Amino acid sequence: MKLLFEESKKGRGNAFLPAADTGSYVPDEKYLRKSALHLPEMAEVDIDRHYTQLAKQTHGVNDGFYPLGSCTMKYNPRIDEETASLPGFTQIHPLQPLSSVQGCMEVLYRSEKLLCEITGMDAMMFAPAAGAHGEYTGLLLIRKYHQERKDFERVNIIVPDSAHGTNPASAVMAGFKVVNIPSNDKGGVDLDALRNAVGKDTAGLMLTNPNTLGLFDPNILEITKIVHEAGGLCYYDGANLNAIMGRVRPGDMGFDCVHLNLHKTFATPHGGGGPGSGPVGCKAFLQRYLPCHKVEKKEEGYVFTDPEMSMGQVRSYYGNFLVVVKALTYILTLGKEGIREASGKAVLNANYMMHRLKEKYEVAYDQTCMHEFVLSLEGLKKQTGVSAMDIAKGSLDFGIHPPTMYFPLIVHEALMFEPTETESKEVIDEAVKIYLDLYDKALSDPEYLHSAPHHCPIGRPDETKAAREPVLKYEFND
Amino acid sequence: MGRYIPETKAQQEEMLKQIGARSLDDLYDMVPEKARLNDLHIPEGKSEMEVYEELCDIADKNTVFKSVFRGAGVYKRYIPAIVKTITSKEEFLTAYTPYQAEISQGVLQSIFEYQSQMCELTGLDVSNASVYDGAVAAAEGIFMTLERKKNEVLVSDTIDPETMQVIKTYCESRDVKLVVLKNRDHKTDLEEIEKAITENTAGLYVESPNFYGLIEDVEALAKRMHESGGRIVMGFDPIALALYKTPGEMDVDIAVGEGQQLGMPMGFGGPYLGIMTCKKELMRKLPGRIVGQTEDHDGRRAYVLTLQAREQHIRREKASSNICSNEALCAMTASVYLAAMGPRGLYDAALNSYRNAHYLAEELGKIGFTRKDEGEFFDEFLSVSPVDPDLLEEKLAQRKILSGLKVEDGILWCATELNNKAKIDELIKAIGEVL
Repeated sequence: MKLLFEESKKGRGNAFLPAADTGSYVPDEKYLRKSALHLPEMAEVDIDRHYTQLAKQTHGVNDGFYPLGSCTMKYNPRIDEETASLPGFTQIHPLQPLSSVQGCMEVLYRSEKLLCEITGMDAMMFAPAAGAHGEYTGLLLIRKYHQERKDFERVNIIVPDSAHGTNPASAVMAGFKVVNIPSNDKGGVDLDALRNAVGKDTAGLMLTNPNTLGLFDPNILEITKIVHEAGGLCYYDGANLNAIMGRVRPGDMGFDCVHLNLHKTFATPHGGGGPGSGPVGCKAFLQRYLPCHKVEKKEEGYVFTDPEMSMGQVRSYYGNFLVVVKALTYILTLGKEGIREASGKAVLNANYMMHRLKEKYEVAYDQTCMHEFVLSLEGLKKQTGVSAMDIAKGSLDFGIHPPTMYFPLIVHEALMFEPTETESKEVIDEAVKIYLDLYDKALSDPEYLHSAPHHCPIGRPDETKAAREPVLKYEFND
Repeated sequence: MGRYIPETKAQQEEMLKQIGARSLDDLYDMVPEKARLNDLHIPEGKSEMEVYEELCDIADKNTVFKSVFRGAGVYKRYIPAIVKTITSKEEFLTAYTPYQAEISQGVLQSIFEYQSQMCELTGLDVSNASVYDGAVAAAEGIFMTLERKKNEVLVSDTIDPETMQVIKTYCESRDVKLVVLKNRDHKTDLEEIEKAITENTAGLYVESPNFYGLIEDVEALAKRMHESGGRIVMGFDPIALALYKTPGEMDVDIAVGEGQQLGMPMGFGGPYLGIMTCKKELMRKLPGRIVGQTEDHDGRRAYVLTLQAREQHIRREKASSNICSNEALCAMTASVYLAAMGPRGLYDAALNSYRNAHYLAEELGKIGFTRKDEGEFFDEFLSVSPVDPDLLEEKLAQRKILSGLKVEDGILWCATELNNKAKIDELIKAIGEVL
């Protein structure tokens, strides 16, 4: 379909603003922009239709099943959008006098308390704008901690080979070196490898539990103990918290700091890749290093304070505030029982779906999973030539968003499914049937799957061409 | 019955039976006893009605000002109704990062359109799909200037203080040496640059308009940096670019900006939009998602996430940045805003702001709030304060007017297209009455 610029017609436009009535001041010629400004010239109706067409070529959670592993694509409740749209939140300048923003500060304060209870942490801040940003902030807590103790040798962050790619990337951004350790044959942390890796140079360990294989590591208390005994700190990547919220807390597993993804666990929408919110939480002994602008409750009301040894700021102001409003609405709606039930149902749905798919597919680590599980299509590929990618693309024709492909890296031909708690048994049964049929199709007609999808707005795009001959913007002719 | 969970009790039983478990708790058998949580100490869940009322009560504790004369990085502007309508479409709202191009052409095309608009606005060659906000865009932009042997950067102290804080944190964590340049009359001082520049200087970061609203001589600064093999990163105001010289026209290497003004409400600080564009030669140093145009196997035009060899999910510890989620829906918001306003609408927003701010400066000057600086300003300026700024803020707040921001040496005032003659005259009258 056409681009905005291709629909533009010189002379078209809209009248949103009146003429200024304050005089005819104009800037001096020498400051002025000389080049033409090519923005679309379109009538409102055509803009509206343009985006309606784009929406039809976009698959959201509301369009159908979205079992994208590690992304927790649960239903985004409409009430959360409604509360975050209240003018009393949207029309507030971040630099208003404190007395005029007590409601916003209450949102931050109450969200902090609730999420601290859910994670077993003592403090939580909302400055980080996304998960990776939260990782970066959490790692700076660890860095500050060692620096204040003049423990400058501690430069290594240990990361298991099953970790999200953001973990090692964040560690480098935060000034650390990365030490990768292998997983054991059950998909968990190899304790001997960990024991060998820790030492005087260990700043900390970054871990997701349940990990990216969807497995809860039963040795978790031993793992955090090994790191602590070596003088390191333990960082919890909260991407997979949806599996355990209300049942196990990172704080009780021995973690010292965490980040959460409100856009995963706490049902705020992903918006096609953001805005998210990646609050960072920590135990009391790390609180002094948190970013500036921490909300405290005083007799006279809520105030902002800067922690004693603050790392400074990682983002302007207080983070993606309106996203926090959505998450607070969600937590208040679910409450203690709802939170527990959500995690339990997420785990039930995943185990049920895994159990059903086992009829034909091979599970990478065949044991009780948490909120997600990983299939390996290595055998199928050897037998038929049909890859994980082919099966994923095949599912597109049935209105299903594919699972995460080729991740975690330690499983060959991986497909990682996370059905979430907000899908019904009927939806899962239907999806299972589609995936089992695709398996049969792989045996009977592999060519068909190599060229799938067949019924989407486009077929498989040429990614090599995109990278080799980059076209990254529209070229205007004049 | 849990909230947003469609399964019935009977279905749950059936599913448990099939997988050979007796209860949900059974599924957590592998969790060590010691780590299990017995009781979560948060309140019971509430009905949607109760939660809505509660959130309305909280929102009511904030003051929504009728007229806002405060900017300092965040601006209240008119947002055409169509912007919210389009960006609330549930497909856009509830989709994830567009990894699966075949069913994500809508989001991908919209990002491609956004990138095109940002390049057009800034006069540069390449844009990414956004980062978290303007401050982080500045920090990431500065990182782009670094080279193996050049690890020092210069930052003018005329920039937004929030941005300065973020830059400091980012530079410290990566062991980048940061030199803050003292201003002269609230503008970046070339002499200070001469004093600070060394062979290790990788880049300079300035903003124009700067924090005090003044237009900087970016061309001269760019020339100076290029003479010694460094780069210049410019923080811009996207509305001002409808009026003023573009970063591209001034030979800027990397342009970064806060995109909040392009259709996003103030929202007590976010979500906002970090805009980043650069010259083509720096393309592979640009962090974050980038969408490119290609074809499918039938030759149909298609859009995909591209140049991913820079990114964390491929490169892990060798990535150019750790960024994964960005601010995609905010980028779309900006794109819809710019399409709706069009070139003339954006020009009007800029010119109206310019005129209103200059009228405001004149009128305030008449009652003793004279301008502190000389030189060209866009829609913000610094004035002296003949009265206690805190008292002024308090008194005006009682009339639902948000005064200019008290800063170290005066009050920083702002007028956008919303602050028309009636609003400004009302402000002047109110100041006269309260003092």
